[in-house]
Amino acid sequence: MDEIGWKELEVGCAVVEPGNAGAYHTGSWRSDRPIWDFEKCIKCATCWMLCPEACIHQRADEFYEADLDYCKGCGICVEECPKQAIRMIEEP
Amino acid sequence: MRKGRHGVEISIAVAEAVAQCDVDAIAAYPITPQTHIVEHLSEIVAEGELEAAFIPVESEHSAMSVCCGTSAAGARTFTSTAAQGLALMSEIVFISASLRLPIVMALVNRSLSGPLSIWNDHSDAMMIRDCGCVQVFVNNGQEAYDHVFWSFRVGEDPAVLLPVIFNMDGFILSHVIEPIEFVEQDKVKKFLPEFKPIHRLHPDKPVTMGAFAMPELFTETKQAQDRALWESKPVIMKAWREWKDLTGREYHPVETYRAEGAKTLLVTMGSIGETASVAVDRMREAGEAVGLISLRLWRPFPTEEFRAAVGEAELLVVIDRAVSFGYGGPVASELRSQLFSLAKRPRVVDFIVGLGGRDVQPGEFEDMVKKARAKVEAGREDEYEIYGVRS
Repeated sequence: MDEIGWKELEVGCAVVEPGNAGAYHTGSWRSDRPIWDFEKCIKCATCWMLCPEACIHQRADEFYEADLDYCKGCGICVEECPKQAIRMIEEP
Repeated sequence: MRKGRHGVEISIAVAEAVAQCDVDAIAAYPITPQTHIVEHLSEIVAEGELEAAFIPVESEHSAMSVCCGTSAAGARTFTSTAAQGLALMSEIVFISASLRLPIVMALVNRSLSGPLSIWNDHSDAMMIRDCGCVQVFVNNGQEAYDHVFWSFRVGEDPAVLLPVIFNMDGFILSHVIEPIEFVEQDKVKKFLPEFKPIHRLHPDKPVTMGAFAMPELFTETKQAQDRALWESKPVIMKAWREWKDLTGREYHPVETYRAEGAKTLLVTMGSIGETASVAVDRMREAGEAVGLISLRLWRPFPTEEFRAAVGEAELLVVIDRAVSFGYGGPVASELRSQLFSLAKRPRVVDFIVGLGGRDVQPGEFEDMVKKARAKVEAGREDEYEIYGVRS
């Protein structure tokens, strides 16, 4: 999120642009990130369904990955993957 | 609508002023001594004399919440409360200021419990001091009536957009019949333009009001809010000037009475200043250089005007109407701060008087001036005193 100064705030701090939550990159909170092993992945979409942030998407090659702008690194995908195809690594 | 001069209970005059302002929404919960204002407004609406939503609620917390909603939707909104009612509503009062919603509140000053007391002092106003609203005190019925119009005019100005609280003393003003000069409706129309909010809740143009702010933004929101309150001052001054042009009645952020050349100044807020002025007359007749400062504008604080009013005075006798327990009188503590950086500043002696409706007579102001001088001589000026307390 760009750092805005006090003069740029709307009167009463109103949010005048609908649907702007996407501008807020909650992925900046993350300390660990999920990594997929495509050798083990069976494309079952369990991670896609259970991601509480809905930030996991299917790529053109049908494998899944997280959008790191929004992934908070909760690790639920790692816990739920039936093939242990996902692990967490520390943020570089 | 009345025309000309009438003897009316001040609460009734305030209610009629609210109706003259053509408000769209009123939400309030009855509490002594504010009751007559909202009771009369409910009658005015029920009689069809004012087309407005009178919204009955189950508490003051709800009253102020409703006011935020109606004001956010672009409706001219009025409420009124006192003491415990204000305490219950206070959470939302702070929010109304941060949302920049120009709700007008008649705060009919009453002491905060306990012990339970329905009578007048300023403990409720002092509790809400830092809420971010524009805050003024009126001294009599005419001023109360006039400041209804002024409050809407100031609050709704696009350069301000803040709630306005005008403080009027419970019973001493609210329940007293006074001659009031009513303002013609064409003058009201001239003085008070239509309320045009910058942002309003409307499905055609969705906005979010009252979103949360993360630590990286919260500080900026508070700076913006503080600046907004300071920047209301030119609008405040302009509204008083225009009111004078329309009605001939003149108001200032700091009023003075026989203050010129005064060595000693009494400092008051609200209706007690009129009693103090009687004492000033008596002392002046006795050849004493005593005058009066009556603070009208409380927030934003009129530093420049206050310092100018103090002038060359050597002693300020501050009449506080509330206690900051474990500290002293809240008004005196602020005034000392306002004077501290001046090279030449007067002594400040603080008396806390008239708590919970205790009557204060002119003679007691004369006595306080004497006591204040003795305190300064004895080097005990820092010791505030709850005046008239029985041992």
